[in-house]
Amino acid sequence: MTVLRAQGLGKKYRRNWALTGCTLEIEAGHVTGLVGPNGAGKSTLLNIASGMLEPTTGTIEVCGGVPGSGPEQLAKVGYVAQNTPVYPGLSIEEHLRLGAHLNPGWDTALATKRIERLGLDPKQHAGKLSGGQRAQLALTIGIAKRPELLLLDEPVAALDPLARREFLQDLMEAVAEHGLSVVMSSHLVNDLERVCDHLVVLVASQVRVIGEVETLLATHHRLSGPRRDVETLPADQQVVSAKHTDRQTTVLVRTEAPILDPAWTVGQLSLEDLVLEYMSNPATARPALEVLR
Amino acid sequence: MTWLAWRQFRFPALSVFAGLIGIGVVLAITGPKLVGRTDYSDQDVLYGATILALYLLPAVIGVFWGAPMITRELEAGTHSLVWNQSITRKRWLTTKLGVGVPAAMVAAGLLSLAVSWWASPIDALASTQTEPGMLTRLSPVVFGARAIAPIGYAAFALVLGVAAGIVLRRTVVAMAVTLVALAAVLIVVPLLVRPYLLPPLEETVSITSSNITNITGNQSGVVEEIGVQNPAGVWVLANETVDPAGNVVSPLPDFVQNCMPKPGTQPPPHGSMQTCLAQLDAHGYHQRVTYQPGSRFWPLQWLELALFLALSALLTWFCFRRIRHLS
Repeated sequence: MTVLRAQGLGKKYRRNWALTGCTLEIEAGHVTGLVGPNGAGKSTLLNIASGMLEPTTGTIEVCGGVPGSGPEQLAKVGYVAQNTPVYPGLSIEEHLRLGAHLNPGWDTALATKRIERLGLDPKQHAGKLSGGQRAQLALTIGIAKRPELLLLDEPVAALDPLARREFLQDLMEAVAEHGLSVVMSSHLVNDLERVCDHLVVLVASQVRVIGEVETLLATHHRLSGPRRDVETLPADQQVVSAKHTDRQTTVLVRTEAPILDPAWTVGQLSLEDLVLEYMSNPATARPALEVLR
Repeated sequence: MTWLAWRQFRFPALSVFAGLIGIGVVLAITGPKLVGRTDYSDQDVLYGATILALYLLPAVIGVFWGAPMITRELEAGTHSLVWNQSITRKRWLTTKLGVGVPAAMVAAGLLSLAVSWWASPIDALASTQTEPGMLTRLSPVVFGARAIAPIGYAAFALVLGVAAGIVLRRTVVAMAVTLVALAAVLIVVPLLVRPYLLPPLEETVSITSSNITNITGNQSGVVEEIGVQNPAGVWVLANETVDPAGNVVSPLPDFVQNCMPKPGTQPPPHGSMQTCLAQLDAHGYHQRVTYQPGSRFWPLQWLELALFLALSALLTWFCFRRIRHLS
């Protein structure tokens, strides 16, 4: 089942396009990480999916409906914006009351239990919370709304490593407990690796790679060996990137099949390496052989 | 949603209402002493202050209630929190305005009621006077500080602030624009719209030495216009001399230029003035007074209220159109 389907999605701000021709499908029931360089259109995509922004071109369908089209649609999609905004003048208790007033499916027990477990004082004003606590409060509101899909836009960007770890762990538990789909953007691949089972690499509005994290890791190989033209590689090996020195060639290939050529030394790839390779090599075509000194 | 809208609005709302209670106490103490007097010249300061208060209230409502209503959310990013609960933006805006507009109208209504009551002896005296100096409740400045017109101003100011906030997105800028736009409307309406809400009455009288009130000349001593006594308790729009064909004459014809007293000279002997003005009558010149009579006070108040409520409705429609595209 698809939870998010975008077709040729574009968004123009005054003169600049923040997103152009983005086509993407995300399956339900997964925690999907959305990575990409600054300006790739991650936030714009999530904003459109939540209904905060209207697309200029293309179509998008989220949980089977048009984002922001009505109360039912809004109830299905939770969204925690970048910087996790909360009302500084309202107490935690009042935020939960806000959630209960504005959401028919609000889970009061879940919300109060989470706040209790986080060790937060319900009487405290949200303006006095630390960045991590604020993010936790925003996440609590997002989860207690009981959406089908939760969209998180760089929720941990402003947090210190410890708060980040706690936040993500907490998110994992909530996902496991309530079985909701999550799409989460981040710069920090390490964080995504901890929580995501699916990954989308978005570069300049285009999906460079999409898939299950485990499969991606299993099918990508870093090959190094004597210098050779990448055109001579077997057809089933898709070259992601290639580097050449005078004597050596290093290529990153994607293939389902095992690497049989004995000339190659096959290296293991971390998820971060994989993402960075895709981000720094915009074209999928095999690059021409050139010497890098 | 009403709970949230009230929770966010209660501090600015209660501040204004606390101020109104303060004004109310002052008026309640001083008001009863005004009844039955024939000279209110010692009340100038308080009288002026009550009128000022009624013009400041819409400004405060527009600037401190209306403008920040949306911009504070946009600046703090909390709009993305509240717009992602299971409630549409339209309902959110409906509730915000549904709390703000009635509160603004009640605040203005209460203040206007208190001031109208306080000033009623002064207004009653003014309506019997014929000198141009005394301000009747129909005169442009006082009219907007009496009865029901301020209710319309308050509703308009609030929606104007909200609309400015939606368009400009920044609190301080929206506040400044709201203030300027509100001031412009409150100046333009009495000058250019209110006089014509109902067709004014005209009265043409002979100019005699008993009804003439003023002779105005220019620097070289040419008499440009004269005025006659106004009817009591009216709002005079024009008091001008017309020739037999009904055209306004200014400066006055030559045959009276010489016999009129020049500026800075002694008042003329009674007889010479009489013969001078008699020439005007003989040549068919008359004085035409254009005015709104005192009995039009309430009809004009209702029309003014309706006008401002219509403007508010227009701005509200605009707000709802724009809120969809806001992000």
